[in-house]
Order: sequence, then C-alpha cells, then structure tokens
Amino acid sequence: MSGELLFEGKDWSFETLQMIHDAAEVVAKQELGLDTFPNQIEVITTEQMLDAYSSTGMPLLYRHWSFGKRFAQYEGVYRAGLQGLAYEIVINSNPCISYVMEENSATMQALVIAHAAFGHNHFFKNNYQFRQWTDPAGILDYLAYAKNYIAACEERYGYAEVERLLDAAHALSAQGVDRYPRKRPMSLADEEKRDRERREERERLYDDLWRTVPRSGESARKAVDHQRALLRLPQENVLYFLEKAAPKLHAWQREVLRIVRLIAQYFYPQQQTKVMNEGCATYCHYRIMSRLHEKGQISDGSYLEFLQSHTNAIRQPTAHDPSYSGINPYALGFDIMRDIARIVGEPTEEDRHWFPQIAGTGDEMAALRDVWANYRDDSFIAQFLSPHLMRNWRLFHIVDKEDAPKLRVEAIHNERGYHDLRRSLASDYEVGRHTPDIQVVDVDLAGTRRLVLHHRVFEGKILDVVDTALVLRHLTALWGYDVVLEEVDAVTNEVLKAHMASPEA
Amino acid sequence: MRIVDRRLNPGGKSFSNRQRFLRRVRDTVERAVREASRERAIEDLENAQEVTVPADGAREPVFRHTAGERRDFILPGNREYVEGDLIDRPSGDGGGGGTEPGRGHGQEDAFRFVLTREEFLSIFLDDLELPDFAKRGLVDAQKLGSRRAGYTVSGTPANLSLGRTMRMSLARRIAMGRPKQQIVERLERETAGATEKDIADLLEQELKSARARRLRIPFLDPVDLRYRRFERFPRPVAQAVMFCLMDVSGSMTEHMKDLAKRFFMLLHVFLTRRYQRVEIVFIRHTDEAQEVDEETFFRSTETGGTTVSSALVEMDRIITDRYDPANWNIYGAQASDGDNMLSDNDRTRMLLQEKILPRCQYFAYLEVANSNETSPISYIGGSSLWNAYAPLATSARNFQMRRVSRRDHIYPVFRELFQRREGANAEAAK
Repeated sequence: MSGELLFEGKDWSFETLQMIHDAAEVVAKQELGLDTFPNQIEVITTEQMLDAYSSTGMPLLYRHWSFGKRFAQYEGVYRAGLQGLAYEIVINSNPCISYVMEENSATMQALVIAHAAFGHNHFFKNNYQFRQWTDPAGILDYLAYAKNYIAACEERYGYAEVERLLDAAHALSAQGVDRYPRKRPMSLADEEKRDRERREERERLYDDLWRTVPRSGESARKAVDHQRALLRLPQENVLYFLEKAAPKLHAWQREVLRIVRLIAQYFYPQQQTKVMNEGCATYCHYRIMSRLHEKGQISDGSYLEFLQSHTNAIRQPTAHDPSYSGINPYALGFDIMRDIARIVGEPTEEDRHWFPQIAGTGDEMAALRDVWANYRDDSFIAQFLSPHLMRNWRLFHIVDKEDAPKLRVEAIHNERGYHDLRRSLASDYEVGRHTPDIQVVDVDLAGTRRLVLHHRVFEGKILDVVDTALVLRHLTALWGYDVVLEEVDAVTNEVLKAHMASPEA
Repeated sequence: MRIVDRRLNPGGKSFSNRQRFLRRVRDTVERAVREASRERAIEDLENAQEVTVPADGAREPVFRHTAGERRDFILPGNREYVEGDLIDRPSGDGGGGGTEPGRGHGQEDAFRFVLTREEFLSIFLDDLELPDFAKRGLVDAQKLGSRRAGYTVSGTPANLSLGRTMRMSLARRIAMGRPKQQIVERLERETAGATEKDIADLLEQELKSARARRLRIPFLDPVDLRYRRFERFPRPVAQAVMFCLMDVSGSMTEHMKDLAKRFFMLLHVFLTRRYQRVEIVFIRHTDEAQEVDEETFFRSTETGGTTVSSALVEMDRIITDRYDPANWNIYGAQASDGDNMLSDNDRTRMLLQEKILPRCQYFAYLEVANSNETSPISYIGGSSLWNAYAPLATSARNFQMRRVSRRDHIYPVFRELFQRREGANAEAAK
C-alpha cells in the first residue's frame, strides 16, 4: 500500500500521462512480463478521432469517397448521441501509436494506456499472425507513399479515373489477401523497391504473352499450360492476379491495385484475431489498473470509474435481450483468458481432464503469453473454451434449416453439448467461412481472353445476385474482357449457377 | 515513451474525402436540398441542412453469401431449452438469435448526415448566375484595401513591431558583445571584495571597459527599429441593391405572399453569395406605393384598388435618390397576382420599359396564383398585368416573367430565371 496517487480528479496533463505510462509499464513489464514496441501516445480531438475512425484507423490513408461516407455515418451516429466514440485507436506500428482523446478523464486515459499501449501493443508484437503478415516498422512510410502515389495519379489521370479504379479495387479487396504464409516475412519497403525495379520487365512480358498465335495439337496445349503456369492459376488472390496479368491495365493502375491489396493484407491478421486481440488488451488493462489501485496509485473513486467502463465494455446481453447484437468479442476474449488463469491456478477435476497441458501449472501469465503468441480466434476458441465457461455463459446452439418448419436446438451447455458448442463457435470465427471462396481458375488464352472464376459453395451459400453483378462489373472493367463466375458446389463439384459480365463499351 | 500533441494539427483531414463523397451522391443531395427549400421555414434556408442518403446512393458492393440452406447460431443465455427442442421461427428475419453474431453482413441502411451551410448553399445555387452579373463600369471602380506585407525600417510609431525590433536589438547586442548587467554587477562585487591590489586593478580595468562598452553599445538603437509594412492593393467593390415589389391588396392571399417570400428569399441568398454588399428595398403597393420594412412587407394586408405603376414610380424615385446606377447593380423582382386596373396597364409597361429596365441588371416578374390553379407554370389566357408585360419578355434582354402556383415550383422557376446563359454572358462580355 505504498505509492502516491498518479492523479486526482478528472484533469490530466502531459506529465500525468507520462506518469501513468511509467507506472503502467512497471506493472506490464515486471509483473505481467509483457513485451512491447516503444510507445507513442498522441493526444487528439474528437474530430480527429472521427477522421481516424473513418479511414480504418490509419493516420494517413489515401483519399476516397468511401472514407468520407464513413465519416458522415460515424459523425451522424456520434452527434445523435447513440454511441460514444471508442476511447482509443491503436496502430500496429513501431513505435506503437495510441490515440487518446482530449475529452477523456484522467482515469480513462489510464485505461486507454493500459489497454492499447500495453495490451494491444504486446499482442501486435507477439502474435504469430502479425509477425507473419505485417511490417510495423514500415507501415507508416508505406501509407505515406501510397497516399502520395494515389494523389499524384489523381493529378495526372483525373479524379474520376482514379475513383473508378479504387472502387473496383475496394470491391475486390476481400479477395485480395493471401491466406497462406509465404517463405519469408514481408517487408513493405523491400517489396515496393523490388517491384518497381521489375515492373518494366514485366510489362514486356505481358505483351509477349498476349501476342501468341493459335497453334494446333500438342504443342498448342503445352503452350497454354505453360502460360497458365506463368499466370499462377488457379489463383485465390484475385487482385494479385489482376495486378500481374490483366492485359489492359497501365502500370500506374497495377500499382494502385497493389496498394489496395497490400493494405488489405495488412489488416487481414486483425480480422482473424479480433476476439483474442481485444481479450488480451482487456485482460491487460484489467490487471494493470487493479494493480495500480492496489499499490495506491489510483484512488478508489477513479477505480470505480474504471470498473464502470470496464463492465460496460465486457457486457454481454443474453440472446433474449432486445439489445443483443451478437457475441461481444471483448467479453468472450476476456472471459476465456480469465478462465485460463483460473485453470492454471485452481483447476477442477474437469479442467484437468480438458486441459491437461495447462491445468495447475501455476504461472498464468506464462500460459497467457503463450496463447497470445500462437493462436488466432478460431483455434483459440477451439482450444480454450472450457465447459466451465460454456455453463457460465449458458451457451446453446440453434440450427435454422431452410426446409425445416422450426428451429432446432442442436446442443446446450451440458456434457453432450460441449464439443459441439466449442467446435461450432470456433468455426464461426474462421474468416474463410464468411468471405466467399473465390478463385481465378482459367483464362481462355487462345481465344476470347475470357476470365473464368469459381466460387466454391458450402452449405448452399451461393452469392447475392445484385452485389455479385456489381462486383463483376468492376472486375470486367479491370480485366478488360468477358468474365464468368461459376458457383460450384464444394462437395459435388456441380455447377449451381453462373454469373456473366462483359466490359462496357 | 513519447507523447505527441496532435490537437493543433489541422483538423478536417477528411474534408477532401467528404468532398469526394458529396460529389458521389450529388444527385441525391441535390434532390434533398431542393426538398429542403420546399419544406423548411424561410429563415432556416441558409442554415445547415440534414440530408438523407439512401443506402443505394453510395453502395460499395462486395461478394456476399446468401443465407444458404442452413444457418447456425451459437448464443448466450439459454434459459429453458434442452437439446433437441424445436422452437418456432421468430417473426422477422434472424430474430431471437439476432443476426449472425458479430459480423456486419446484410444491407446497409440509409443514413443521415448534415450538410454545412456552405455545402448547402453551393449545391443550392449551383450553376445559377445572374445575367449581367456586374456592370463593367463598376468592376473598374475600385477601392484600395491594405494588407500586411512584411517589415520596413521606417514607419509610424503605431506600426512599430516590438517583437521584431527586440529581436534585431538582441542580435545586435550579441554580435557587438555588449556585456550583460549581471556581468557588470559581478565585476563590481569582485572589485569590492578583491584584497590584492594587482587583481583589484585588473578588475577595475575590466569593469571600466565593460561599463564603457555598455554605454557605447546601446540597448536599443535606431537601426533596430522595425515597422509593420502595409501594402495597398485594389479591392473590387461589388454592391447590389434588390428591389422587392409586391402587391398587397386584398386579393393577395397568404399563400401568394408565401410564394413571393420564398422567391425573394432565394434571390437574396443568391445575391449575398455574389456580392459583398446587398441592400434590399421593400416596396408594397395597393393603389399607392410605399417603402416599408420586411415585417410590414410580408405580414400586413391592405384593402383598396391596385395600381401597379405606383410601385414602379416609387422604385424609380428611390433609385434616383439613393442608388446611382453608375455605382450599383440593381435588381428588381415583382410579385403580384396579376390584377391591375386596366387603365394602368399601359402606363405600367411604359414605366418598366423606359425607366426601370434601362437602369436594372435584371428584373423578374413573378405572377403568383392560388394552389388550386390547374395549369401551374404556363399560364394561358393571361392576367391583365401578364398581358401587359408579355411583349417585354421577348424584346428586353433583362426581363423575364413566370407564373407559379405551388411552393415546389418556386425553385425550378427561380432556376429557370437565373440559369447561367452562355449567350447572355457572351453578349455581356462584349
């Protein structure tokens, strides 16, 4: 019970922020063993927070109307008072940048620093998905480059032209990520340099590729196979394919596609680790704030204020509650992590049976650090959602079959249901289940240059007709020739439906 | 750890994104703005406007799954169910379980956002232009303005720039090596406290020289003085006066006055955007005309006959008295239900043609009718005033006339009257 209060009342100053950071750092590093990038804390206004929000949290994204639309939406909601702004935005960069809003009380600043500058920061630095796919040291430079490049394109080729291109690229950006690791970690700066050096060379290659004359028999087939290999078909990264192989694009258009693709890729790990990332940050802020209070560095009043925010953040209404809007990732992540700490510390017989590797090992932070480093949402839930927690949350599984007259309760939180619930909830967090599985499978090289894509259909989830038509219109604009998208049943390989599109004259 | 204060950074980073977005949904916004000019109270016309953009207005399509033949929901808070229970499908799609957990699938809703006053007006007035926007003679008549332009070594005491002067003084003192007061004081102390004579002499010497230097090199020298410099530059003066003429005789209903008011309001918003200074003159008339204030103009009703020419006479008088056409751009708008004493029609037309139109940039006649009128815009048959004015509409370049009966026609008519005319501009430029 030693230590002086870091702050009193609601007001804060830059010295306060510094003191809060230093005190939190002591807890984070010495007691929790967190390993973080250096921190940079930026104080911003509400308007700037809205700005940051509307450009996917990035401080210097290129310009596009959709960000303006998002700004208008957020602003509208914010003005209407329906929803406070999130207290924080944190950027996966080195140094790790956390934004704090000037309106926040000192307690809230402490919460944000504990949450973002230590929790998220540790997660970014250590989780294998982020290590694999992101380049925190290079991202801000790359974004600055991208912004300038696109601005220069607007200058040179006109707003309308660039806007059309970005619209098309955005429509396909979910199909613009590599899902499987490459051999070496990516460095945005290296990639960009290497690519620029080779661009001209490749330009020449396309020309050669398309100047092929139809030939007959075996040799023609071989030539076609060779070209397919050159085009790396089949290819699930549609944007990558277009960037490399679309015959009619100019070099600058390829570069813009590439920018959109690389940024989409940068955010891909965040999509796959939402529950874990927020859970980690929430767990860390909870531990850090509680410890600061224990040490007498935060007053009882502030601690109560903190608890109130904390409780709000991890609120999980039940499915019967009118305010239910899905499972709250903060709540799920935080509860599983707290449960892991419990299992490590005071396991029951059931826990020893379910979690033999961690039950009773005693060092909860070691176990959690390992979890944070080596899992993503689906594997995390599949591995660590315990029967104890399923009972606490009173989870149940409902199946809605199209042809059945009623909904069926498939499983509940009992002995027979645990495995089903855990598997089903985990699969709900597989990014692949929600992003349609679309691949470029073929190009009619010798003839019409028609592009063929396949959508592998699971459980009858075909594509929405209207949106698909609109996306295909963008796709044909990029490709320059006809495009056909066939929906193929993943099990029977039967073609269920085909969408065609031709480029506009 | 580093703390950076970004609050002073220019905000509005999303300004250009917003511009792009507005351009994108331009049609919708234009419709909404027109709607607003129809629905809202006139006083609010220039204020910020809320605009609703339908979901399709700025759609961002992506490949999306449909629901498929089977949907799974993992939900918290089971109260009564056991495995195998069958539950009635809740009414409404996905109810009971809500939508798919935590995923932002599904259609976006329409959303509302607020246009700033500037955005509203620029769309509101887009591609409108007053014919003969400014008199050539007036463009030349310029006033001189003044603006800051750096510093100068001479000037009046009122323009002395203390900061800059002190900076120069400091630089000079450092360059010339003027000893500071503290150094003199230290030397004085040391001299007084020195016990050995040699040292005391040396110190004395040094003190003397320091004092001398301080005298030789003044704290503030005339060469340090800097004055703020102002530069004169020609500032074009554009001023306009708008005459609002209205018949307030008993036949003018509240509805008609409302139409007229909306029209005048548009004209005023429009003129204030184009000119630095716009004055308004309200003239109402029955069989006599008088200049009144805005409140009286729009609120009061008189009875009596109608002599339109009286208003034109009054306008002519006021122009002669106060608004020399050499210095003012003059606009006139007249609203009337078209009733006039038959005997007055010729006189009215002559007045307009010979006295008013030559001195005006533009004159619009708006005939207002009751809302139950059937052929709203093109009026066939013609009121007495309409028929009197009709020949002028073809012969005079700066005169236009329209008839409106419904509020929502005001804006289109206004646009028609003030649409940018390539031909007219070309002519004006000659």
